[in-house]
Amino acid sequence: MSEWVSELDAAGLHTPVGPVDATHGILLYLEDVSVSFDGFKAIDKLSLYIGDGELRCIIGPNGAGKTTMMDIITGKTKPNSGRVFFGQTIDLLKLDEPAIARIGIGRKFQKPTVIEPLTVLENLELAMSGAKRLRGLLSTRLSGEERDRIGAVLERIGLSEHGGRRAGILAHGQKQWLEIGMLLMQEPRLLLVDEPVAGMTPAEMERTAELLRSLAGAHSVVVVEHDMGFVRSIADRVTVLHQGRVLAEGRLEELQVDPMVIEVYLGAGDAYH
Amino acid sequence: MRVPPWLLSDRAGLVLLAVLAVLGIGVPALNLLTPPDHPLHLTAYTVTLLGKYLCYALLAVSIDLVWGYMGILSLGHAAFFALGGYCFGMYLMRQIGTRGVYGDPVLPDFMVFLNWKELPWYWHGFDSFGFAALMVLVAPGLLAFVFGWFAFRSRVSGVYLSIITQALTYALMLAFFRNEMGFGGNNGLTDFKDVLGVPLHDDGTRVVLFVLSALTLAGGYLLCRWLVSTRMGRVLVAIRDSEDRARFLGYRVEQVKVLVFALSAMLAGVAGALYVPQVGIINPGEFAPLNSIEAVIWVAVGGRGTLIGAVIGAVLVNYAKTWLTGALPEVWLFALGGLFVAVTVLLPYGLIGLLRRKEKAA
Repeated sequence: MSEWVSELDAAGLHTPVGPVDATHGILLYLEDVSVSFDGFKAIDKLSLYIGDGELRCIIGPNGAGKTTMMDIITGKTKPNSGRVFFGQTIDLLKLDEPAIARIGIGRKFQKPTVIEPLTVLENLELAMSGAKRLRGLLSTRLSGEERDRIGAVLERIGLSEHGGRRAGILAHGQKQWLEIGMLLMQEPRLLLVDEPVAGMTPAEMERTAELLRSLAGAHSVVVVEHDMGFVRSIADRVTVLHQGRVLAEGRLEELQVDPMVIEVYLGAGDAYH
Repeated sequence: MRVPPWLLSDRAGLVLLAVLAVLGIGVPALNLLTPPDHPLHLTAYTVTLLGKYLCYALLAVSIDLVWGYMGILSLGHAAFFALGGYCFGMYLMRQIGTRGVYGDPVLPDFMVFLNWKELPWYWHGFDSFGFAALMVLVAPGLLAFVFGWFAFRSRVSGVYLSIITQALTYALMLAFFRNEMGFGGNNGLTDFKDVLGVPLHDDGTRVVLFVLSALTLAGGYLLCRWLVSTRMGRVLVAIRDSEDRARFLGYRVEQVKVLVFALSAMLAGVAGALYVPQVGIINPGEFAPLNSIEAVIWVAVGGRGTLIGAVIGAVLVNYAKTWLTGALPEVWLFALGGLFVAVTVLLPYGLIGLLRRKEKAA
């Protein structure tokens, strides 16, 4: 916890220490979670634990339940059964989307979702934590400290020179980074990142990998990704989802030789090259 | 006095304020200081007509705030306008006093005609200007708040929301048509005599109402311009363009929507309250669904999401309406429909969009 605080301070970021209790080393608990839509079990007794500061990749074929899992964690979908806890004490199932976002869970969508008519700076300002009360909302200017926070994030996502540009005219990769930057402005403990490198050039992928790796430690990061090369370049641990359950979990090298994983997911052979 | 930066950078807004200042001084001068046969003399009719346009412009601004910035296409905003109008009309009815046809000191004529013996409870207090003025804000604001509370919390949005706003104004129209409602039924409220003890039909009163309309439009515009230049304004745009993103950033989207929707309804109510003394009547026809749709067309023609476009669209379309309904009355609705189609297809950003494109090209 204290490491987390000091690292964010080093990045010039203000750090309200939330009441999140990750003293057991686990930041996010999903236990026996099930949800079905019209009889189809999208998530079936899923149990998953994300460690504090861990960078976890989640892979799995289409329909494995990856996006539904993110919907459950962020409050968009309520499961039929099971428990979802943030740290030891916070029951996420009792909170709605904005509340979950405010206690420190940020979500990046698959399709880059930045507010296109606004500038890069305005997008970051919009995401800034602590500005969401009415009084903060009715101000027309930034304090020096807020400017510093935005500047620090701009630098981190490599968009320092584009602060004044409209987000709509950014390149695809830059939009993805901007969205990650918006998550960082929220000062989250946990970042959920859905397919960050879809449609990126190899150079952009490399920068994204660096960015996500630099976030781990200070934040827990959960990345859902299809691109195996990318997964290999960032992940310590990988979880394979299949039909709404955890099929296997471990290091990518181990999983690649696991016959069960090969059959359901990597079976095509060239899928991960 | 120092001009705040958000206003300084709003060139179109400064032009609007300048135009309103010129009108606010010029129109009274041309009406009051020139003899009636002078070529530049403005008749009381013209002064009132211009004042009406300014009220419509304020209604359009209130629609643009929720539609252009927050993405809520309200097809029922004329209901808030009419409610504000009724509230002020009730005050004007009470001002008639014993001068009504039946000479009842308390009951308006239509109540005497219906054989009512006493004032319904909801008419109490409307003999006070201050109370009526407060209700001009409270009645539309409260209706919008309650309506928005249920609609937004159930996450009704898009075309479904537009349809229920239509239903809202239609239901109110039917209700206000009923004599038992106590708002004058079909005839509405009319035959006003005084406002604050001053005869309503005096040239001086009309000029004052015009100036008040100009000032209120300026104030309403400034309020909206300020709001959209704050962080709240960016939240509105975020809600418009990606409601989920706003929610996952931690914003209580429903609360923001309901507050801004209620604020917009209050602005529309004020516009209605200024409109009624100038046209001298308010009746349930003001709740007609077509009125709300027309007001949305003004905003579309001017260019939504600009505020200034709403003002321009309201004035231009209503000027065209005044002219066309005089010259070729049967053509007006076709012209209005054609205009909406043409603007949607050819000018998605309205006249302001056209101007900005020209500016960029130059």
